[in-house]
Amino acid sequence: MIGNLAGVLFDGIAYGSLLFVISIGLSVTMGLMNFVNLAHGAFAMVGGYACVVLMSRAGVPFLATLPVAFVVAAAFGIVLERTLYQRLYKATHLDQVMFSIGLVFMAVAATTYAFGPSQQPVRLPDVLRGQVEVAGVGLGAYRLFLVGVVAVITVALHLFITRTRFGAQVRAAVDNAVAAAGLGINVNRVFGVTFALGSGLAGLGGGLGIDVLGLDPTFPLKYMVYFLLVVAIGGAGTIKGGLVAAMVLGICDVAGKYYVPQIGSFIIYFLMVALMIAFPAGLYGRRA
Amino acid sequence: MKSNHASRRRLLQGMAGAAALVALPRAAYAADPVKIGLILPMTGPFASTGKQISAACRLYLQRNGDTVAGRKVELILKDDTGLAPETTKRIAQELVVQDKVTVLAGFGLTPLAFAAAPVATEAKVPMIVMAAGTQVIPQRSPFIVRTGFTLPQTTSPIAGWAAKNRIKRVFTLVTDYAPGLDAEKTFHGKFKELGGEIVESVRTPLRNPDYGPFLQRAKDSKADALFVFVPSGEGLAVMKQFDERGLKQAGMKMIGPGDVVDDDLLESMGASAAGIITSFHYSAAHESPENRAYVDAMTKANPGMRPNFHSVGGWDGMHVIYEALRKAPNGTGEQLVEAMKGMKWTSPRGPMMIDPATRDVVQTIYLREVKIVNGQPWNIEFDKVENVGPGGV
Repeated sequence: MIGNLAGVLFDGIAYGSLLFVISIGLSVTMGLMNFVNLAHGAFAMVGGYACVVLMSRAGVPFLATLPVAFVVAAAFGIVLERTLYQRLYKATHLDQVMFSIGLVFMAVAATTYAFGPSQQPVRLPDVLRGQVEVAGVGLGAYRLFLVGVVAVITVALHLFITRTRFGAQVRAAVDNAVAAAGLGINVNRVFGVTFALGSGLAGLGGGLGIDVLGLDPTFPLKYMVYFLLVVAIGGAGTIKGGLVAAMVLGICDVAGKYYVPQIGSFIIYFLMVALMIAFPAGLYGRRA
Repeated sequence: MKSNHASRRRLLQGMAGAAALVALPRAAYAADPVKIGLILPMTGPFASTGKQISAACRLYLQRNGDTVAGRKVELILKDDTGLAPETTKRIAQELVVQDKVTVLAGFGLTPLAFAAAPVATEAKVPMIVMAAGTQVIPQRSPFIVRTGFTLPQTTSPIAGWAAKNRIKRVFTLVTDYAPGLDAEKTFHGKFKELGGEIVESVRTPLRNPDYGPFLQRAKDSKADALFVFVPSGEGLAVMKQFDERGLKQAGMKMIGPGDVVDDDLLESMGASAAGIITSFHYSAAHESPENRAYVDAMTKANPGMRPNFHSVGGWDGMHVIYEALRKAPNGTGEQLVEAMKGMKWTSPRGPMMIDPATRDVVQTIYLREVKIVNGQPWNIEFDKVENVGPGGV
């Protein structure tokens, strides 16, 4: 069974990539706005259902629905941020938690009403099905695609944050929002755009993940723990932290289930406890 | 004025008395309606079970009328989400105490049936288990009658078939809860008895299962066949991984009880499901006049839904309730359960009977293969074992 280590590693990286794409928005907004948003998974779900609706009602091919998922989720993000989230930036974390949990339940109920409670199927293009032989190891074609897309997104995000002016504003606001406002940065606008971007990425992840994670109305609740784990272990407000944490979680989860199936599902929780004791602010966290 | 008040009061008292006198005889003659408390998972991961059973119960009511033995039948449907046995127990209590139901029915999963059993015993109300499949369920209360199936019952024949068809080494995968363990124990026992070898057995969690790593492990084990049991609704996720990781191309067959090729999901599985051999008590493709009529009526009343094995559990549950009421129209809970014992009839699935000793179902189990007919996958029966009891013999 050791012989399939490469396959297991690859699967873990693919799973981790998906977690990263969905959770990165949560990490940045938690670090940036100090806002505990448990409803982040709902934006991923919105993206997923946007893909499903386009595929089944309008016959749009899967790949073309992904950018739309990003846009739709980002739009939801902007609207909700301007109307609801903005009011709670100064509120206590408990209030923010209660609010976002309420939002989650509303999202779950509305989706169940609109689409029914069952799993949504996705029709992948033939080129993404089956396995591809790479150096003697069979790798899933769709997972290869996932890793590729997320690698591109990660590089783009990195360039955006480090090389653009807006990226500099985001980094300034994460470090110290008051000082940044004092320097003339429109912190509210930064919040809004970042929230939209994070939600859009979550929506894209939701669409990409239909085949791997499944899609049904309880998605935000099912995977909430995973997204929070990525942010907690990686440290809020960092991209590198989110990436490393997502990879570690993805690989350990898959490897755990493969090598020790009896307790495989618990491995990431053991890991979380160990890492949180060793790194209370996360692997790359800044805030205490 | 005083005299007016007194006479008005006298008049009102007289009218009230007259009204009571008129109402009394009518109240005494009106027969109590039969309220059936249907507790099903209508939302959550097992919602398809609830949808199928409630559709079948409503259809039965429609086709057989809503009056039985002079009493009006009323279905009270409650959603217990399938995930919280405490919720099921609370709903059962409310139905019995507040709605004063005549019968409790439904129960999509074993833990939910276990939770409600003491309520049925204490309230002396018959409890018809239409879906949950662990063998011991009827022993939890003398008021439980099962019209669905048990895992040993549906698993034993496939073990026999596998042993006779050149399958020597099997990797088993079951969901880690009571019916899964039943299936695992039955298959291991029977298959090893007939000379087979179990290469490895894994159990997946009931909530949020991720089948990828387990199926990869199965593929690497290079067994002849993969035995799968997952609850109704999970089959799609298993098939996806089975397909994607190329287990079929690697020469591995998929076998098991029919839950993994649930009729409800078979259409969305498409051609990748072809060739899967299962043993089960119901296929929507079963050739009989009763079943053809049943499938037609269900598809017409619920467009886009193919009736599955849970739905016949609901249909036959209603049948058992109606027949018991005909035998004992105003009977107590105990009398209704007595009336149900030994009942024999032809269901859309085939012939079946409620065993008087165990209050459990005895029925024919069919061996089927998934074949594409008119572009859609169906479970086509090719063999059968008759009168299989709840223990699998």
